[in-house]
Amino acid sequence: MTSLAYTVTDSATMLRRNLKHQLRYPSLTLMLAGIPIVFLLLFVYVFGGQLGNSLGGHGAGGRDAYVTYVVPGILIITVASAALGTAISVATDMTGGIIDRFRTMAISRGAVLTGHVIGSLLQTLAVLVLVLGVSLAIGFRSHANVLEWLAAAGMLALFAFALIWLSAALGMAAKSVETASNTPMFLTLLPFLSSGFVPTASMPAGLRQFSEYEPFTPVTQTLRGLLTGGPIAAHAIPAIAWSAAIALASYLWAVRLYNRRRAATPS
Amino acid sequence: MTINPARPAISAQAVRKSFGEHIVLDGVDLTVAEGTIFSLLGPNGAGKTTMVRILSTLIAADGGDIQVGGHDVVAEPDAVRALIGVTGQFSAVDNYLTGEENLRLMADLRHLGRAAGRRRVAELLERFDLTNAARKPLSTYSGGMRRRLDLAMTLVGNPSVIFLDEPTTGLDPRSRRTMWQIIRELATDGVTILLTTQYLDEADELADQVAVLDHGRIVAEGTPAELKRRIPGGHIQLQFADVGDLRAAARMIAAAAPDDDQLILQVPGDGSVGSLRRVLNELDDARIDVAHLSIHSPDLDDVFFAVTGRSAIEPAMPLEEEVLQP
Repeated sequence: MTSLAYTVTDSATMLRRNLKHQLRYPSLTLMLAGIPIVFLLLFVYVFGGQLGNSLGGHGAGGRDAYVTYVVPGILIITVASAALGTAISVATDMTGGIIDRFRTMAISRGAVLTGHVIGSLLQTLAVLVLVLGVSLAIGFRSHANVLEWLAAAGMLALFAFALIWLSAALGMAAKSVETASNTPMFLTLLPFLSSGFVPTASMPAGLRQFSEYEPFTPVTQTLRGLLTGGPIAAHAIPAIAWSAAIALASYLWAVRLYNRRRAATPS
Repeated sequence: MTINPARPAISAQAVRKSFGEHIVLDGVDLTVAEGTIFSLLGPNGAGKTTMVRILSTLIAADGGDIQVGGHDVVAEPDAVRALIGVTGQFSAVDNYLTGEENLRLMADLRHLGRAAGRRRVAELLERFDLTNAARKPLSTYSGGMRRRLDLAMTLVGNPSVIFLDEPTTGLDPRSRRTMWQIIRELATDGVTILLTTQYLDEADELADQVAVLDHGRIVAEGTPAELKRRIPGGHIQLQFADVGDLRAAARMIAAAAPDDDQLILQVPGDGSVGSLRRVLNELDDARIDVAHLSIHSPDLDDVFFAVTGRSAIEPAMPLEEEVLQP
């Protein structure tokens, strides 16, 4: 077999291992799905009536209008929250003994991380389907056609891929599993500082500027455009650029950390 | 050295490694002949684990020339990794998988193929007495079972060189004997084994060659028998009820050194039954009562003491010292 074939085989082996972990211990997946669902219900039923009335141009007002507005934001926070799992699973591996075993075997470089990242991506997509199901059950309606749904799924997958690599790198950088479960927390905060929950126009000047330029806003707006109408191209370009940049930088960082890991551990 | 390694499985010259200011390995040379068991003996912090981590490509040395199976660990790490198996000090198993799944994972990563992989896994489960627990989660495994699974995982790819870092630390005596048996069988099959240990009896029991590592340097090397020959022989230790008996005995037995405080007399000797009988007969003829007697054969702790001036390694069990109560 060629080395490329080994890379694919080894990554598939590692992916199977990570999927087995997820299936055997579903509590992490359920927790990752639980966070966005709680936010969805909280924002729609507690704040939604009031927030929906002040949306202005975004609909007839009230809770129904807010559901339509907030679901793209919820899908984004789902991606951010699901990415937390990657840092935890990567750090669990890195602080355990098995990683040393992998590193003394002729396994293709990056297979361990690739297995984690693809496993997390599949996990995130499953959680997204669950969250979307709850959204539809509480009254979210989309006018999107099949092509627009596919484009939205593609946007979510690309952004998830970027955040998962970032989370994997944070998991590599963490000295313990506890640290790894804390450092990526800012990812779940950023959607609140974007256009996900309220229009950026309602924010004070400094925050508004931050919000308009941070990556979560163009991704949210792209989804919103695809699922509930609105401009798409103007948001899609920065959204894709952000995702590609985060994915590439995080990938390089994670691989670098993986390759030089434990070089400084004393006997 | 008695073994002249025509084709050394492991050869390391002038290996150095420090972590910051702390020098862990200070020019270590070692050569391990193919198919032999080599033991790196030393107290905690001597640098044993660091040496294993360097030899098994986990970390890079600061300097030195290291070859495993004829491949340079720095230039061709993957060629080395394809030959070796490593069982570290801390268990390297996947706790979320069953024993069988752990072994399958190794078979897949060694690219054994489906059928051959299954066969190898079944064979190892059988050999390591894990067949009944194969499909149980690892949380139900005992320490000895985990260690056996750990070693079985190392063996999936039929490695020709195996590194065992303190393979029996923390095991109960019975599991320890089982592990020794497995290690001996591996060597019989022609596998080269480098094991680290802080137990003298373990090195004595298993190793063809022993190197004593202390503060990052090899302070003694040879077969266990050669090392023991380098130090003063064993002795018989006699304890008496009072100083009178002690003095009387000391006058009678040449080359004995009395200790008035503890009423102890140490009689150099090889610890054989003949020499013991001679001493006891002499004392009996003179009607001197011995309160307490023990025989001490030279062991690797004496070697360690002789070469470093410290007694830093503890025997796991007092196998060498039999205490007789008259």
